[in-house]
Amino acid sequence: MVKEIERYGIPIVHMSTITTISESVGANRIVPTIAIPYPVGNPSLSKDVETDMREKLVKRALTALSTEVTEVSYF
Amino acid sequence: MSYKILYYVNQFFGQVGGEEQAGIAPFYKEEKIGPAMGFEQLLKGEAQVVGTIVCGDNYFNENTEESLKFIYDTIAAVKPDMVVAGPAFNAGRYGMACAGVANAVIDKLGIPVVTGMYHENPGVDQCKAKAIIAEVTDSAAGMRTALPVMAKIALKLLKKEELGTPKEEGYIAQGKRLTVFADKRGSERAVEMLIARFKGEEFETELPMPVFDKVAPAAAIKDLSKAKIALVTSGGIVPIGNPDRIQSASAQKWGKYNVSDISELTGGYYTIHGGYDPVYANEVPDRVAPLDMLKKFEKEGLIGEVYEYFYTTTGTGTSVGNAIQFGKEIGKELKEAGVDGVILTST
Repeated sequence: MVKEIERYGIPIVHMSTITTISESVGANRIVPTIAIPYPVGNPSLSKDVETDMREKLVKRALTALSTEVTEVSYF
Repeated sequence: MSYKILYYVNQFFGQVGGEEQAGIAPFYKEEKIGPAMGFEQLLKGEAQVVGTIVCGDNYFNENTEESLKFIYDTIAAVKPDMVVAGPAFNAGRYGMACAGVANAVIDKLGIPVVTGMYHENPGVDQCKAKAIIAEVTDSAAGMRTALPVMAKIALKLLKKEELGTPKEEGYIAQGKRLTVFADKRGSERAVEMLIARFKGEEFETELPMPVFDKVAPAAAIKDLSKAKIALVTSGGIVPIGNPDRIQSASAQKWGKYNVSDISELTGGYYTIHGGYDPVYANEVPDRVAPLDMLKKFEKEGLIGEVYEYFYTTTGTGTSVGNAIQFGKEIGKELKEAGVDGVILTST
């Protein structure tokens, strides 16, 4: 899905935990995430800390979208 | 003499449990568990399965180093002649775990590894050059046909017999070139192939070209504060009740839902994904698809706007063919809507 959406010329960032799969499906911009059942969360943290962490991860994704890349890049 | 085989399975085939047990740390038992039992029967006494390592798929993929350390330690104690993992069929995380085990055991210990996977499993590309991967069906219904292929290959490798071609033996090509004697010289074979092609007859290339399908990275967003950002997930997050009845595995379709009037997914959404423990996503679906943060950034002016529709499907067991189709359809809509950038989350 990542590759086909990017084919339209729209920058796309893949947020996933098993980043080797991200690479093998052809994602160019990758943000590694926390865990499979909660990529952008962590139920073991307090709500505030968890929210801060999610904010940082999504900001990282936005940084990825606004950064020029020429090859597979991690953010 | 009887060869010793160490078997590796995940929590499901290890009969510990389903998705809720995917986080379990590896353990070893001097028993034949799950497929190891049927596998050993096919070895006809020439080799025996001395024990089984069971490890949760999530645990392996999230704690690879610890998992491998456990496997090295077990191997040091058990001293097997071979490690057999899977078959993983089309289970992505299980395939990645089998591939991780295979690469580590072959690289570090030089012990041969046999596994089995469906050709689309992401684990195939990870380890096909090193391990022998029996080509199996996409679901566990193919266990009966998978194990004999794996057992036959395993015995040949153990007895140091020469393995036939991938086609003859039923394994996935490793990309190796071997020197073989042919009846006819190359020019004759090439001309025969050409004539067959002219006549529209079947012919088989001797050197299949690798398929490289890379999409060049799209240009970056220049000004985030004016950008329209869309959120897409393969984590199976849908409105409670799953109105479009999106499949919980092997998805046949995707859905889109208007999120222009809500500030987070929590409260109205949950997951129907059948490939991970849903407890945490059901509590807070934004842990999988972070609409809450995008809405916050929209309010703060960090981004221009969040695209009014949120796109979703289930990534587990979904064929590559369907995933390509979904991507094409979703991408077309996003392009037409003037979306500037996409965040796609996967579980």
